[in-house]
Amino acid sequence: MTDMGKFGFTILKERHIDYDANDKSIAEFIAENEPSFRLCIECGCCSATCTTGTFTKFSLRELQIFLKRGENDYVRENISKCMLCGKCTLVCPRGVNTRNVITLAKTAFQKTEKYAV
Amino acid sequence: MSENTNTVIIAGGGAAGMEAAGQLARSGYYVTLIEKESNTGGHVNNWYHLFPNSRDSAEVIEYLEKQINHDNVLLITGTSVESFEKVNGAFVVKTDDGNEKLADAVIMATGFDLFKSERKEEYGYGIYDNVITSADLESMFRNDNLKRVNGETPGKIGFVHCVGSRDEKVGNLYCSKLCCVTAVKQAIEVKRHISDAKIFCFYMDMRMGGALYEELYREAQESHGINFIRGKVSEVSENINNKLVVKVEDTLAGRPLKMELDLLVLMAGMEMSESGQKVATATGLLTGENRFFAPADHHFGSNKSNIEGVFFAGTCTAPLNITETISHARAAASDVVEYLRTRND
Repeated sequence: MTDMGKFGFTILKERHIDYDANDKSIAEFIAENEPSFRLCIECGCCSATCTTGTFTKFSLRELQIFLKRGENDYVRENISKCMLCGKCTLVCPRGVNTRNVITLAKTAFQKTEKYAV
Repeated sequence: MSENTNTVIIAGGGAAGMEAAGQLARSGYYVTLIEKESNTGGHVNNWYHLFPNSRDSAEVIEYLEKQINHDNVLLITGTSVESFEKVNGAFVVKTDDGNEKLADAVIMATGFDLFKSERKEEYGYGIYDNVITSADLESMFRNDNLKRVNGETPGKIGFVHCVGSRDEKVGNLYCSKLCCVTAVKQAIEVKRHISDAKIFCFYMDMRMGGALYEELYREAQESHGINFIRGKVSEVSENINNKLVVKVEDTLAGRPLKMELDLLVLMAGMEMSESGQKVATATGLLTGENRFFAPADHHFGSNKSNIEGVFFAGTCTAPLNITETISHARAAASDVVEYLRTRND
């Protein structure tokens, strides 16, 4: 064993994404109903053009990656900031239906008792 | 059976067509090289210095001209191939001047067209004076006229990668492959013209897969202080001070970023040429999802088409750099030689 091993693999809940433990069911529900959700390449075009992002700490790109990693609490706390204007959908080079992603995420949260608002 | 004259018609007198013509001529075949413009060389004529070693493109033109300077090469300019028909194993090739020419084999070397940047309206090409394309910048270098429209020397210059590439909104899903390294090369070149210029490249991914590309990227950072910001520009506008304002998310910082610039360079991608597309429609030559000609086989038939006796050379099949184009053209010539020899047996 090299010395690197001594540093350990402890997960600090506040710091790490505990990928295996996290709940990816919300992301799976979105991808099933809006397959373009899978196409994001994290270019940030949606976030750059987002009106909400101009005024508050809201990034649609970040929101989508958090959903995919199962960091659902963060998403649930911020998703209502979106005004569904759809500018993000207009600029997306991958043709992700970002507006529908938001709508489906909200639906999924309502369906899941744990997250229901 | 028509008389076998060992004649090959090459459609397109850019780098690919010229290289293939030279190779075939030296192997004893007769080549008719048909170029739509008034002179040969294609897009290479519009470039100033070439990556990765800043070679003057005039040297490549000089090399290519030597290739076709051979008694077996007949050059016809100002004419383009419109279609062809296969009759008794030979080809009747029709040109836009109404002429018909006979050939035993055809090489399509119709190249690419640069993406028309006006189509990305949100970037303001053709709307704002100081939004230019990578091709415009090359001619500024060539004419030693790297200026804003009002004559000022630009102090802050941005490069937008992937304009017309990897973009479903313009119907181009593919990567044009050369724009990343071209932006890096041009950024360095700008620093050579304006040593105190501040330069920012806005990229989605830095695709530096070619020989010496990554080294050039490193040189841009290390020796020239070029800045790289990971995010696709979503919009460009002009403010009251006549500066360009770009909107982008700095995705690595996770925050929207606004920046004023004096000059913005759009890295225009490569598309199937209109002239190539016309021939495809007229003859049934197959094209792929990316609209470029579809090779018969991706691994061992990249020069072969779906029509026996018709071959592809260069960027009519995919975005390629000059090195790859020349290699691809040589391979096309070798396929033609094999085809004509087997046919003569």
